[in-house]
Amino acid sequence: MSGVAAVRMAGIVKRFGRIVANGGADLEVTTGEIHALVGENGAGKSTLMRVLSGMYPPDAGTAQVATDGKPLRDVTGWNTRQAIEAGVAMVHQHFMLVPTLTVAENLILGRELRRGLALDLRAAEREVRELSERTGLRVDPRRLVSDLSVGEAQRVEILKTLYRGAKVLILDEPTAVLSPPEVGELWKVLRRLRDDGGTVILITHKLDEVIEISETITVMRAGRTVGRMKTTESTPRTIARMMVGRDVSLALDVKDGGRGMRDEGTSGGGPAVSSSLIPALRVSNLTVPSARKPNEVDGVSFTVARGEIFGVAGVEGNGQTELIEAITGLRVAASGMVSIADSSGTLRDVTARDVRARAETGLSHVPEDRHRRGLVLDYSVADNLILGQQHRFTGGASVLDQARIASNAASRIKTFDIRPPDESLPSRALSGGNQQKVVIAREMGRPFTVLIAAQPTRGVDVGAIEFIHDQLRKARAEGKAILLVSADLVEILALSDRVAVMYGGRIVVTLPGSDASAEALGPYMTGAQGTAA
Amino acid sequence: MTSPSVDRPGSDRAARVRVAFEESILPPLVALAIAAVVGDILIIVFGQSPGEVYRQLLEGTWGNAYGFGQVIYKATTLTFTGLAVALGIRAGLFNIGAESQLASGGFLAALVGLAMPSGTPALLAVPVCLVAAAVGGGVVGAVPGALKARFGASEVIVTIMLNFVVLALLNYIVAAHIHVSETLHTPEIRAGALPRLAAAFPVFSGSAANTTFLLALATAAVVWWYLFRTRPGYELRAVGLQPDAAEYGGVRVGGVWAKTMVLSGVLAGVGGLNYVLGYKHYYEEGFGTGSGFLGIAVALVGRNHPVGVVIAALLFATLSQGGLAVNALVPKQMVDVLTAVVIIAVATAVPEVRRALAAARSGVGGNPPKAGRRESGIDGSRDSSDSRFPIPDSR
Repeated sequence: MSGVAAVRMAGIVKRFGRIVANGGADLEVTTGEIHALVGENGAGKSTLMRVLSGMYPPDAGTAQVATDGKPLRDVTGWNTRQAIEAGVAMVHQHFMLVPTLTVAENLILGRELRRGLALDLRAAEREVRELSERTGLRVDPRRLVSDLSVGEAQRVEILKTLYRGAKVLILDEPTAVLSPPEVGELWKVLRRLRDDGGTVILITHKLDEVIEISETITVMRAGRTVGRMKTTESTPRTIARMMVGRDVSLALDVKDGGRGMRDEGTSGGGPAVSSSLIPALRVSNLTVPSARKPNEVDGVSFTVARGEIFGVAGVEGNGQTELIEAITGLRVAASGMVSIADSSGTLRDVTARDVRARAETGLSHVPEDRHRRGLVLDYSVADNLILGQQHRFTGGASVLDQARIASNAASRIKTFDIRPPDESLPSRALSGGNQQKVVIAREMGRPFTVLIAAQPTRGVDVGAIEFIHDQLRKARAEGKAILLVSADLVEILALSDRVAVMYGGRIVVTLPGSDASAEALGPYMTGAQGTAA
Repeated sequence: MTSPSVDRPGSDRAARVRVAFEESILPPLVALAIAAVVGDILIIVFGQSPGEVYRQLLEGTWGNAYGFGQVIYKATTLTFTGLAVALGIRAGLFNIGAESQLASGGFLAALVGLAMPSGTPALLAVPVCLVAAAVGGGVVGAVPGALKARFGASEVIVTIMLNFVVLALLNYIVAAHIHVSETLHTPEIRAGALPRLAAAFPVFSGSAANTTFLLALATAAVVWWYLFRTRPGYELRAVGLQPDAAEYGGVRVGGVWAKTMVLSGVLAGVGGLNYVLGYKHYYEEGFGTGSGFLGIAVALVGRNHPVGVVIAALLFATLSQGGLAVNALVPKQMVDVLTAVVIIAVATAVPEVRRALAAARSGVGGNPPKAGRRESGIDGSRDSSDSRFPIPDSR
């Protein structure tokens, strides 16, 4: 089959008002390959794929698709229903599942099997189970989607497209929410699909993934296609240069993309001043309840010193969110103690204090979900740059000082290079990377002693990742204590002086950064090791 | 989500102001046009000429001083209840209890007015009655606010139920203890009466319009200032748009809910002055019936903005008074139908027109780009844009 084009897109232009998402993008994908579509956030990858999957009609250009061995046919401007019928389906970054329905019910939604007037759920479950076994996408069809882990939910999304007969599968940043073992599982499934004659288009900006899984790479920048190459003939550095248009220092440079890390002697590639070991954040025996169970965080203790980045790795949903919320005061702990250093360096017990009091003591917090917590999306950039500090921007009584809010915004936008540099824009209108810069600018642009950085680079482009990592290293050099919680193991390994793994609400292992590697941490992250102790 | 690259020129603030203007003015106009067409059809069904009915409607309201005064009078109460509902919605609360908060505010003002000796100077009596009305409304608003903050009880259910409780209680007190015999109202207050507008402008003579209207305008200005220029207003709007983000920003969400419900009740309660101090000088059972519920429509049509609320209050007051003016040609109920059509048209047409505007700007139909738009995740999390009420953050 090799060499036969499954998808050919030429000169695709897609505008949204004044914003040009695609300005002449090309893509050619061969049948039976895994094709990586890479580029920075805002490069137009998702838009191009939405044109292909029928969500948007293009303003110019042509799209052709060939499935089931038929010749290429023009499909420009088709709709999603036609695309699905032709076997082109997209798995979105944010899942589109009904949480209150079971896996099987979600899969048959819209094409229900009936027996008389009733749904034939049993037959549906059987079909789903067969498909699940055939593809290796293992998931119990009778479980509720709301009970699934993120990785399982993604499997359901992929199953849903296959159930509808997808031949060309488009995945938008599928690994953003997965742990390393789950990523490995996903790669197996995708290879199996490819070997069965399926075609996979993978949108990503993680270069190690591109190298590992794809056969061909198309690079996009600023809405255009800037290169197409065989994966075997490229390196992370050449791809990154093509994506950004200049040389970038990659987190990968320090640790070679998560492989062979053990050989590297240094931890995180930065000068750590943790030798002084003055504690700035102390968490003692913290137990935190969630809606699901009384000990979502189960007796966790650790200390983060001044000038140290303490990384917490782990598959999402093992208590990291609840831990952060308990430290920041967003969630009430059942027992245990949290102490934060104030500006004089004295540890203060803040267990009984509220969010604002903890922030006043010296705690900054980059939350894991900027769309839910970190930003009021309909507020202007200027108004978001004072969130949490609003009481410091009042003149007499409680009246907001508009002049100071504006000058604060102007200086933050300049220092942190927020684009476009317009403080009156609603934050919703910014790209993901710039939204995150707003959060970073607010939390790191004010005096603090302890920073909690949760998923600081999630959904952020390569250039912004570099910037954010630099900011974190700089803060460490200035003697700040940083608690880094990330699902991105590469990030944890690149930055942390010490690495802890959370599993089942406990810290199951803590290693010096120099001893940490994907191989060493993996078994702890899956619970294969460390839980008995 | 990969978001599109932006190639906007340096400053297009003027364009944005124009966009904001279009978005706030055009949709209600379209809604009114739709309502007018439906009204035409109705009038024709009754065998009358639409032009004649509308002419009489306008003449009977804005066309003469008495009619205009009545519009002003009716708009005064609606401005207060509209502001009450709008303030709640800005904090993400749906206050359906303006009806009973209004009555309770009027009742307490009347009681205090009765209790004061008849020689009390207005300078003292009016503020005391004002405070009484605020307390009357605020207490009724405080109950659902506290229950929501403390137990998460839905303010919608609690305010609806409280309407029955409070109105029944007030009716009982008046009927059993302080009514003037043969009537359902209290004796006239001895102090605190407000001058009618006719006292200063004789053209208004005969109409109920009184100085409470000026208080309503001032209150709208204060509400605007509070929402958009103060720290509590900043926090209130954040709670309404994204409670999780507000909580992250150190705001006690429950506290804001409790406080806002009190303030919302206060606004509705002060509206009771219009009748009690400004018009009849006594409390009467059912004096404001419907004004609380119509306040919801006023807030909706006024898009929860204080200026919009004042304009919408004038619109609904015009329709209400106009119904009387055209009574000879068509049944008065036709105007009630028209009012309902306006509400439905605004509720449906406004989002549609805004979508169409956005689509027109983006060049093609549908799907305007929305950075940061999230579909519901498996954890059931949702974006603020899925919220029950469209809350424009325009100033």
